[in-house]
Amino acid sequence: MQQSSYIIEVNGVSKFFGDKMVLDNINLYVKKGEFVTVLGPSGCGKTTLLRLIAGFQTASEGEIKIAGKEITQTPPHKRPVNTVFQKYALFPHLNVFDNIAFGLKLKKIPKQIIGKKVKAALRMVGMTDYEYRDVNSLSGGQQQRVAIARAIVNEPEVLLLDEPLAALDLKMRKDMQMELKEMHKTLGITFVYVTHDQEEALTLSDTIVVMSEGKIQQIGTPVDIYNEPINSFVADFIGESNILNGIMVKDKLVRFAGVEFECVDEGFGENMPVDVVVRPEDWYIFPDSDASQISGVVTSSIFKGVHYEMVVNANGYEFIVQDYHHFAVGERVGLLVKPFDIHIMKKERVCNTFEGELVDETHVDFLGCTFECLPVTTIAPGAKVQVHVDFKDVILQDNEEDGTLTGDVCFILYKGDHYHLTVASDWGEDIFVDTDDVWDNGDHVGITILPESIKVTQVVES
Amino acid sequence: MVKRILCQGYLWLLLLLLYAPIFLIMIYSFTEAKVLGNWTGFSTKLYSSLFVSGTHHSLTNALLNTLSIALIAATASTLLGSVTAIGIFNLRSRARKAISFVNNIPILNGDIIIGISLFLLFVSLGIPQGYITVVLAHITFCTPYVVLSVLPRLKQMNPNIYEAALDLGATPMQALRKVIVPEILPGMISGFMLAVTLSIDDFAVTVFTIGNEGLETLSTYIYADARKGGLTPELRPLSTIIFVLVLVLLVIINRRASKKKEE
Repeated sequence: MQQSSYIIEVNGVSKFFGDKMVLDNINLYVKKGEFVTVLGPSGCGKTTLLRLIAGFQTASEGEIKIAGKEITQTPPHKRPVNTVFQKYALFPHLNVFDNIAFGLKLKKIPKQIIGKKVKAALRMVGMTDYEYRDVNSLSGGQQQRVAIARAIVNEPEVLLLDEPLAALDLKMRKDMQMELKEMHKTLGITFVYVTHDQEEALTLSDTIVVMSEGKIQQIGTPVDIYNEPINSFVADFIGESNILNGIMVKDKLVRFAGVEFECVDEGFGENMPVDVVVRPEDWYIFPDSDASQISGVVTSSIFKGVHYEMVVNANGYEFIVQDYHHFAVGERVGLLVKPFDIHIMKKERVCNTFEGELVDETHVDFLGCTFECLPVTTIAPGAKVQVHVDFKDVILQDNEEDGTLTGDVCFILYKGDHYHLTVASDWGEDIFVDTDDVWDNGDHVGITILPESIKVTQVVES
Repeated sequence: MVKRILCQGYLWLLLLLLYAPIFLIMIYSFTEAKVLGNWTGFSTKLYSSLFVSGTHHSLTNALLNTLSIALIAATASTLLGSVTAIGIFNLRSRARKAISFVNNIPILNGDIIIGISLFLLFVSLGIPQGYITVVLAHITFCTPYVVLSVLPRLKQMNPNIYEAALDLGATPMQALRKVIVPEILPGMISGFMLAVTLSIDDFAVTVFTIGNEGLETLSTYIYADARKGGLTPELRPLSTIIFVLVLVLLVIINRRASKKKEE
């Protein structure tokens, strides 16, 4: 590895709060001058990662280097980074000038130079003539500009930004995005930007790091992340998508929604289950004809300003389609997609697999509970076993008491004709469920698995 | 209309009854009569003799002791209480609740119990009772009040500003001095003023910790004086002065509080 080319190196960093793992073995390398955005839903650990780099918290495991220096345990005031906080965090007892000069004064820089630098920083953020204003009298956008000026005036190697625009209104946010991008170009320093807004991430970044549940899902350029999402989480989180279950019939041929489509992907093997992603804007929609690969009926159509967003029901699957042309609800339409617009993703799993232990012929222990299963005669009781349960065989119940165990719905993916849910069980392991019922994120559910749905196999000792 | 007059009248009557004793003392501080109740003509002689050393040397001495104890105790408890408040604020929520509760106990507890327990503590530790023990005792019961007046300021503070200071290169000490202290200063000042008035006012705790080396504060002096039979006439102007001073202090505190609300 070329040590010198990276300004930030995060090696195998994990962070625990008590027993709870917030960051799980994070590896991240940032090049000098890059604009990196860490993107993820709230609670995914992105802010914690930023705070570890800033030094407000220390990593439980792993090491962090900035500019080649190991700084994992270095206190924040000795790190060559500055932070812009979501809630501005200006010093309310100081005016604009003294806020910006705070860092410079601590470095004992001569007064005239401080004056010049503060003026330059204010010009940079478009706040000339605001020096002696009380910070409490400024609007949110102005306060954030002062906060940015206060950080960049110290000429840090890295500027960390923690959702800096989240508290601003839409119009102001758009303006500030452009200004930040401009600033990044002019200053030439590295920006690490944390946000949950995928559009912001796509607009601003050279590189996007998508995080979920303490893990990095994908690192890539905005175009890569948008066009080639690595898994269904990323595809769902970045932009709108149609995500469906498919079967890779052979190289360059995929079957989904009951139809075979030509595609450009190969190397998945024959008849392999895969996830298929088609962006809504990649569908061609037209009155049904010989050209249609799949035909259906428009069930909803909404005008979105530039385009119409329509839902087409075809072969029992729902597709979101965006097009400039309007098709009325009830109209029969044909859909077509170009081979390179079909994105194929390897399935992370095709069924639930748990570690368990056979109690007796008809009972097996897993997920911290004992389940009844069909008679198992080939395996001796007490043996360690693997338990397989199909996604569609897990039954969720409104009433927690009805389930063998309980859990919380933590991720919902619509797959065209059913929902694929991730349920965090109270035991700690995630259970994946296919269901036609509508559940909400955060729903507390009872979980039941019927005996005939449980497949038990012996663990092969290696 | 009648109802209004009745309501107003009731209020004024109540206030009159509340303040009558103080007004009586204030009025009679401007006459020379030895016994309260005799008016022997207007005079400010009691005021002048209060500040002339000699006959009433012990009274002015007691006053000076009271003031110096109040200032030392208030200063110490302001520092101690502010540090404690910052500590409590940074605890996890459960520990914070527990410690805040412990902090409130001395406030709700009777002075007499604090007095007796401190007396027993000093005796069992073999600390000779006198000026130092009184100061220590006053710091003990003033500190919780300071904690109570500083904590709300911390809660109002943007939690990121301490981190922002560190981020900009301040050491934890510098961040405390340049960012946290200016933020909580109004709380510290009201805590200090509260501590001064509480300390000047205190009798129960003082009497248990003052020892018998002849040290007197105002409250113990007046108590002893009254038991000897008859109050020294100079107490009248003294009470008047203290009342006015406390009134001024209270007005200042209230002004600050209402100003803070407007913000």
